[in-house]
Amino acid sequence: MGNQPREQPDQSKRASGSAASVLDLPESGNQASTQRSGQFNEDRETLVELLRQMVLIRRFEEKCAESYSLGKIGGFCHLYIGQEAVGVGAISALREDDYVLTSYREHGQAIAKGISPDAVMAELYGKAGGCSRGKGGSMHLFDNRINFMGGHAIVGGQIPLATGVAFAAKYQETDRVTLCFFGEAAVNQGAFHESLNMAQLWKLPCIYLCENNMYGMGTSLERAMSLQNVAQKSCAYEVASEFVDGMDVLKMRQATQRAVKRAREESLPTLLEARTYRYMGHSMSDPGNYRTRAEIEKYQERDPIKLFISTLKTNGVIGDDDIAQIEATVKEDVERSVRFAEDSPLPDEKELYTDIYANPL
Amino acid sequence: MAVMTMRDALNLALKEELARDPSVFLMGEEVAEYQGAYKVTRGLLEEFGPKRVIDTPITELGFAGLGVGAAMAGLRPIIEFMTFNFSILATDQIINSAAKMLYMSGGQYKIPIVFRGPGGSAYQVSSQHSQAIESWYAYFPGLKVVMPSTPADAKGLLKSAIRDDDPVIFIEQERMYGMKDEVPEDEDFIIPLGVADVKRDGMDVTIVARSLMVPTALKAAEQLEKEGISCEVIDPRTIRPLDINTIVESVRKTNRAVVAEESHPFASVGAEISVQITEQAFDYLDAPVKRVSGADAPMPYAKNLEQLAIPDVAKIVAAVKEVAYL
Repeated sequence: MGNQPREQPDQSKRASGSAASVLDLPESGNQASTQRSGQFNEDRETLVELLRQMVLIRRFEEKCAESYSLGKIGGFCHLYIGQEAVGVGAISALREDDYVLTSYREHGQAIAKGISPDAVMAELYGKAGGCSRGKGGSMHLFDNRINFMGGHAIVGGQIPLATGVAFAAKYQETDRVTLCFFGEAAVNQGAFHESLNMAQLWKLPCIYLCENNMYGMGTSLERAMSLQNVAQKSCAYEVASEFVDGMDVLKMRQATQRAVKRAREESLPTLLEARTYRYMGHSMSDPGNYRTRAEIEKYQERDPIKLFISTLKTNGVIGDDDIAQIEATVKEDVERSVRFAEDSPLPDEKELYTDIYANPL
Repeated sequence: MAVMTMRDALNLALKEELARDPSVFLMGEEVAEYQGAYKVTRGLLEEFGPKRVIDTPITELGFAGLGVGAAMAGLRPIIEFMTFNFSILATDQIINSAAKMLYMSGGQYKIPIVFRGPGGSAYQVSSQHSQAIESWYAYFPGLKVVMPSTPADAKGLLKSAIRDDDPVIFIEQERMYGMKDEVPEDEDFIIPLGVADVKRDGMDVTIVARSLMVPTALKAAEQLEKEGISCEVIDPRTIRPLDINTIVESVRKTNRAVVAEESHPFASVGAEISVQITEQAFDYLDAPVKRVSGADAPMPYAKNLEQLAIPDVAKIVAAVKEVAYL
């Protein structure tokens, strides 16, 4: 490993395996740690946009939960609430033509990459106006115009796919980067290990971003993983890695920027571990009896949106009026997405048998 | 035309398609420096270089998924499984990713990929290395499944598979790599997918056979000819999509059908062909469709038991006589 940059959390703190230490975030306190001084790398427009996206995703998903309860959305519905800083921060470090692949908890990432809330909501409603024309649903959002290459619903299945997309980018001699999101439970799948091995072996420009929300469905990290430091696993493959506070959107953005640079300029992979937390159940059908209300509230104290607002306000970037304005436009966006989804027609019945083959015989 | 082995015909198809399209690449275990475990990829590394002919670690799920991802981003991968027995490790990516990507993305991501390698019975390698698993892949809409039975078919079908925009499972019979026959050298020679071939014309009984069972059925037909029974041998060549029309047309003429396959009988491709014949030509049948399948047992090692497990000429002859009430 040696010469590759690596930031690791304090091992003594994270490797003990007791529930209390596992749940500790590397940063404590209620302030986002980034840029307390007011010296931001980003201009105001970018900072406000990051906030707007996080608020949009939060409100969008609150609406999803409501629509799901009303029976408007079917199947599984995995919400991202609590994890918004990871998707928004990381995707903000990409170029528009870079690739994103992810898991089934992807509404937020789809919106951050640039799929309209209308097209996402219509997909959740199973309508023809959805971004996958109603055939994918919540777990399979796609948009090939902006290289959003899906929502994949077998845990870890997207990791070899992303490795292949990065392989293609290198083969085609483009400088596009591939960003692959997955949960920490996917790290226990062979697909993760096989992919990291190939990515370093063949020097592929892929960023593996583990969103460690500490639960694989109802099974906590310490009940499922012998070595609970995900970033550390990269050393088995000599892949550069970094541990990131996933509740801090700017830290997510900056860590991803470093990984993007490594991928784009050196054609090398990176493993990022973002420590985060999901407030809702694994899916809408999960009441979450495996954790306490107190635990959830502990993480909500470091809510990524609250933290970022606090940082921006402390540094005089925004005031209450700006926040009210963001909330107002976002509310409009979400309401419009519901209207769009409601108004969008059902897929034509002939669609059952289309898109099975590109060359039907 | 040149006389060559099935192995060399496949090699020629790979060579021509790699030369024709720079987005085609070949990846698998021992395909490059070792020249292929079965020498199908001999010489390709030297001709096309390590960018396009790539040795992989033993990581079937990984490189199968890598291939599907590369196809999403515009390449045309050929993924070699050293044998299809090992593709079992990669089925998540073949089935859940390759077969379904176009559909669940609402038509946005086609997957032009070929998964190829030897399958079916081999020689005395026991249960894990000697099995026919085409029915698994044929089951899934979104996949195409091809099984050639002659060197010429192998070349023409593999070229079509590589040019096709869908995932194709291309199963070569391990025992047939050394089989020699005439092969067109024309680079434009292709055989379209989904078209059956009548390997022998006949009037009395239709034998539907694929892969290794085609030469076996042809030998049975020769023997039966001497006894005055005229057999038509049909090779579907592509299992999915299945050219059932050619089969049904033949059965309407002969009124009797035998389906021969190496697979285990339960839920096999032969079972599917039999039921489709029954559905579409019931009124023409003078006898129930008869299947000749591999044993409903894992493949044994002992030579005598192995021979019992694989359909042979005698079993096909007996089945033909049974449907002909002889």
